[in-house]
Amino acid sequence: MSERAPEQVATTYREAVRAGLREALQREPRAFLMGEDIGRYGGCYAVTKGMLDEFGPERIRDTPLSESGFVGAGIGAAMAGMRPIVEVMTCNFSLLCLDQILNNAATIRHMSGGQFSVPIVIRMATGAGRQLAAQHSHSLEGWYAHIPGIRVLAPATLEDGRGMLWTAMNDPDPVLIFENIMLYNMGGTIDAAAGAVDIDRAVVRRPGRDVSLLTYGGSLWKTLEAAATLKEQGIDAEVIDLRTLRPLDDATIMESVRKTRRAVIVDEGWRSGSISAEIATRIVEQAFWSLDAPITRVCTEEVPIPYPKHLEDAALPSREKIEAAVRKVVGR
Amino acid sequence: MSATPDVKPRLSREHSLSLLRQMLRIRRFEEKCAELYTQEKIRGFLHLYIGEEAIAAGVMAALSPEDAIIATYREHGHALASGISMNAVMAEMYGKQEGSSRGRGGSMHIFNAAARFFGGNAIVGGGLPPAVGLGLGYKMQGLPHLAVCFFGEGAVAEGEFHESLNLAALWKAPVLFVCENNLYAMGTALQISESETEIHQKASSYRIKSESVDGMDVVAVEAAARRAVAFVRQGQGPYFLECKTYRFRAHSMFDAQLYRKKEEVEAWKQRDPIKRFGDWLKVIGLAHDRDFQAMESEVAAEVTASVAFAEAGTWEPVSDLLRDVYTPKGSA
Repeated sequence: MSERAPEQVATTYREAVRAGLREALQREPRAFLMGEDIGRYGGCYAVTKGMLDEFGPERIRDTPLSESGFVGAGIGAAMAGMRPIVEVMTCNFSLLCLDQILNNAATIRHMSGGQFSVPIVIRMATGAGRQLAAQHSHSLEGWYAHIPGIRVLAPATLEDGRGMLWTAMNDPDPVLIFENIMLYNMGGTIDAAAGAVDIDRAVVRRPGRDVSLLTYGGSLWKTLEAAATLKEQGIDAEVIDLRTLRPLDDATIMESVRKTRRAVIVDEGWRSGSISAEIATRIVEQAFWSLDAPITRVCTEEVPIPYPKHLEDAALPSREKIEAAVRKVVGR
Repeated sequence: MSATPDVKPRLSREHSLSLLRQMLRIRRFEEKCAELYTQEKIRGFLHLYIGEEAIAAGVMAALSPEDAIIATYREHGHALASGISMNAVMAEMYGKQEGSSRGRGGSMHIFNAAARFFGGNAIVGGGLPPAVGLGLGYKMQGLPHLAVCFFGEGAVAEGEFHESLNLAALWKAPVLFVCENNLYAMGTALQISESETEIHQKASSYRIKSESVDGMDVVAVEAAARRAVAFVRQGQGPYFLECKTYRFRAHSMFDAQLYRKKEEVEAWKQRDPIKRFGDWLKVIGLAHDRDFQAMESEVAAEVTASVAFAEAGTWEPVSDLLRDVYTPKGSA
């Protein structure tokens, strides 16, 4: 007897994230959501739409515009035994609660000599592409990856959008989840029974022999498109989805680079001091003698994201820029 | 108020002496710390609470053991009054691994899970949002505990103060806010940092029940704290206590005190909470000179023992440097 193929259902990234949130609240009575406009409004990006009716105002808690206040309250609630999932509307606003994230959430376990953990999950939208200009379009996940004491996730797929949350919520320490705004409308099919996924490992999204393309989040899909085009030109690129930016999965990165002997890093953050700089350094430290070409990066240009479409596009990593970078590294 | 619970402090001889002892323990402990600082046994910052002891002693006397406490970087007094042993606090001052935070926190970051003491927060205003969250978390779990947050009047200028009061009031969170108004935020006088110097008025503007009390009078503080705790414990929401007090010593050991007059300091020293309460106990016949002498020698012995304990303490091996950044897997 053959096993039945798992049932596939059509969904979007937005619905997948919502499914993960609903599952978390159904399974874990201590879990609750809070954030700006997540209840009555349905979420700035409509992720939490309908959840207020299902779970009520205690567990889908609308907050005032007090990022530091409600993120800090989430930290306290976590220490009191709850499992808060806090939504910060975009990572651009998270600078208003950076004190709570860095000085409290990331630090309390250490300062207390291991007596108090802070099991909080903080979700935030990140990324550019909707002409929202400089105060709504930045990608700060690389910054957060600088901080010891937290874990930083960048789900790029439907499965990760849905499945990373449960694992994050069961992590005893603070986990930040960055959802790229350009992914919310992405459609596809997903296993109806899709559930929790690991939040430790990078994965190979496309195997290849000639060059390793290392990326995450919204840039994954541009990179996969570039890899498909390059294949037609005879360049066989491997695409790694980093998934977790802290801690980085060095083993998967180095295994790929040692095989292909070339690396291009694609990162929507600004180039200077970015997560791409960190990855490049690690490759130099750990796999330098395997390299046949300089490491190359495709990052956001060092400019606040401009409003006009043509300039916004020009500032961001694109399929064309990725292809050009790869051709240069491969020498074809 | 209907159904007024018993909120008056019972000034039995035993209770009176315990309040006096608590204040004296803090005073003598800190005097020893100042001495140890000049000997370079204690390093970093050292912020003394001397002059303000009546607040920690009075408020702690009104709490239950399960209530959560968050204090500031001037928290030795709160730590001692909350029940953390003087040995553990002194060892923390030294940075020894027998300290209350295993030495990782030092003077400004005393933590203790058994006493539900959540720090020692050295970001002005940074403790208020987590205190709201602790209260909210207890409330959501149906627990009777409350969260007490101590902070100085300097924190009132921070946005987190306003966000936290608003959130606590909106959510009727069981939080007791205790503002220790010692008139100076480091060296900046209240009247040049606040447009409204009657701080309890700010709480009223958030519809939080508030009162102002003489923070140099331990009985007045305890009485007010009992009223406040009874109110919060009845589920009526947060309460705000402004305690008017004065710091007799410099802000830290690096402060030349150019911003205030010696006459002002001397005038406040005439209101010394320990001398004042001791004199009063003598006048009403509840205690006698021999009681004070006995208490002084007991406290001196405790301080001496704590120094010996800290001296005999051990340095954490450098091989442990990276522990307590994350929670070990399987331990949560």
